[in-house]
Amino acid sequence: MIKSLKSLVLVISASLLLFACGQQGGGAGSKKSKTLDNTKKAGFVKCGVSQGLPGFSNADASGNWTGIDVDVCRAVAAATLGDADKVKYFPLSAKERFTALTSGEIDVLSRNTTWTLSRDADIGLTFVGVNFYDGQGFMVRKDSGITSTSQFKSGISACTNIGTTTELNMRDFFNSKGIKYEPVAFEKADEVVAAYDAGRCDTYTTDKSGLAAQRTKLKDPNAHRVLPETISKEPLGPVVRQGDAVWEDIVRWSLNTMIEAEEYGITSSNADSMKESENPAVKRLVGVEGELGAAFGLDNEWSLRIIKQVGNYGESYKKHIADTDILPKRGPNQLWTKGGILYVPPAR
Amino acid sequence: MNIKKFDFGINNYLEDRPKLKKYLPQALTLFAIIFVLGYFTYNAQVNMGNRGIVFGFGFLTQESSFDIQFSLIDYDGSYSYGRAYLVGLLNTILVSVIGIFFATLLGVIVGISRLSSNYLVSKFAETYVEIFRNIPLLLQIFFWYFAALRALPLPQDAINLFDVTYLTVKGWFVPRLVWTNLSVFIGSLVLAIVAIIFTYIFAKKKQENTGKRIPAFFISLGLIIILPLLTFLFGGVKLDFEYPKLIQQAPTIFNFSGGVGIIPELIALALALSLYTATFIAECVRAGIMGVGKGQKEAAASIGLTPNQTLRLVVMPQALRIIIPPTTNQYLNLTKNSSLAAAIAYPDLVLVFAGTAMMQTGRAIEIVSITMLTYLTLSILISIFMNWYNKKIAIKEK
Repeated sequence: MIKSLKSLVLVISASLLLFACGQQGGGAGSKKSKTLDNTKKAGFVKCGVSQGLPGFSNADASGNWTGIDVDVCRAVAAATLGDADKVKYFPLSAKERFTALTSGEIDVLSRNTTWTLSRDADIGLTFVGVNFYDGQGFMVRKDSGITSTSQFKSGISACTNIGTTTELNMRDFFNSKGIKYEPVAFEKADEVVAAYDAGRCDTYTTDKSGLAAQRTKLKDPNAHRVLPETISKEPLGPVVRQGDAVWEDIVRWSLNTMIEAEEYGITSSNADSMKESENPAVKRLVGVEGELGAAFGLDNEWSLRIIKQVGNYGESYKKHIADTDILPKRGPNQLWTKGGILYVPPAR
Repeated sequence: MNIKKFDFGINNYLEDRPKLKKYLPQALTLFAIIFVLGYFTYNAQVNMGNRGIVFGFGFLTQESSFDIQFSLIDYDGSYSYGRAYLVGLLNTILVSVIGIFFATLLGVIVGISRLSSNYLVSKFAETYVEIFRNIPLLLQIFFWYFAALRALPLPQDAINLFDVTYLTVKGWFVPRLVWTNLSVFIGSLVLAIVAIIFTYIFAKKKQENTGKRIPAFFISLGLIIILPLLTFLFGGVKLDFEYPKLIQQAPTIFNFSGGVGIIPELIALALALSLYTATFIAECVRAGIMGVGKGQKEAAASIGLTPNQTLRLVVMPQALRIIIPPTTNQYLNLTKNSSLAAAIAYPDLVLVFAGTAMMQTGRAIEIVSITMLTYLTLSILISIFMNWYNKKIAIKEK
């Protein structure tokens, strides 16, 4: 009798295990997008953003998120759910961001994240594009008299964030110059700013856009200077999980649509009137020609909604970065037709 | 009863088989645990497979290529992630040891002070305990760190103590000791300690045999001072000091070079941990002393022991047995709380390994498991040591 009971227990647990296995699978390889289905079911896009970086992703006093990184998520929401406001934001530290994405807590990571080989290939992530071309720089106090990184000397202390490419670039830079330095790395950007402001460090190093944005949080922003040298390439862009090719395409082309709309002069205010345009490229973007949305399982007005609700890339940049005096000049982040390096594949 | 109807006679079935009734619940529990663990492992494997992540510990030997602000062993970015782990671990142990030392010292003093008959002393101790144990530790760490950073001067205006040590916003700079023939000096210390042990054994025997007391304490004090001093005169031992020097890097950027720099992050963290944990230890000490019967003190006084002797020879040995177990908990808490270091850039295990290294490698599961196992091991080691000590001082029934 004991024997038969034992085998009963064995059978039950074995079938439970099989059931658990049956729950898995899917995702990879299938033509349908599980992430898109889940997003539609939930009714909002789960978007990972920074814990507060003015111009990129920053919450105001009433909890509304704004910035060019936020606009990428808004574009995805406009394309997939029809409403750019249907986004749920998850503020993440640099350390948490990739785990949040790979574990499924968020579906899009739009958090000034540098595209590198190891991140793209090694840890289950896929970068879909670049929405800001940046580079690492240094900020110092003006009264130090330092105007160039060539004036740095051994013994200098540098504040930065942990878990970023910044830590690696900093080492490469100081090592190549033979300068001994003291790295002081914090988990949150606010603490880096506070420590630098208190004089703990002689210089603050991170992406130049970040320096420009964080400078506004200092006690006396005018007492500080961002040095002209750029020590690294930092192409920042949105990231998705590996294994859902359709979702990857949706996010990629939501970003591309914003940039291409600027190229053809389509803005949030003139998008409807552009339907009468003669240019087929314009007609495709506003959804009166072609069947582009069908490729991702979306309707044909997905790109029109992005342009109308979020605006094109130029509008987004002007509103969040230029008009807020963070980086008034667009520099490399200008269209290729106007001397910049923003160049996206054609939407056709 | 309704329930009886639906049990399909299992109760009766088990009632007839006492052995099965005894082992079945245990077997089911074991199965449940194995099933849950197995499910998690399997689920993680499938999901990692879907995203093309490979599980493995090979990354530990790869070059880390990031620098760490403060390290007890040789380290820079050309060393491996494994070495970075060691640096973080040693920094965690360092701040825990410093924290435990000062928390114990302060805790015992405050705990005894709370029982003092001096009103001012006992109220002061009570106020301290109530304030510091009721404010969240993270806030205290921020307070000490940012308050200290705001209050301390830049290197060029350093608080100068006797031209030897300097307190600045970039840390506390103290002279470095440069030894010649250090081994001879250490040898003399060992010799002095051995001599002291023999003195105590001799003193005890003498007291037991003749009733005479030898001032063993003063003899020991003499030994530990005079023996090492002699090595300076005859052993060729020399001690030089390398003083920190102020150097100018730019019109307003100064720094100290030479000497030893103790970073403000370590000072703030050790301070916050000690002040916080000391309040709990003080309460353990108070509870321990109050747990010793009043009659013990009265009996001690009646055979002519001084109050000091009463505390040292009668009360404390009994109180310790009550104090040690809860204090062990506080030591464990302090060690684990040291992981809050990440908030103020002290490069402990969590910041270096579960922070930077995890980000650079993306090996979340591997690194978090290693980190958890490390804290578990540290805690178990502390427990084992404290249990051993507790057993040693427990009453030995004869």
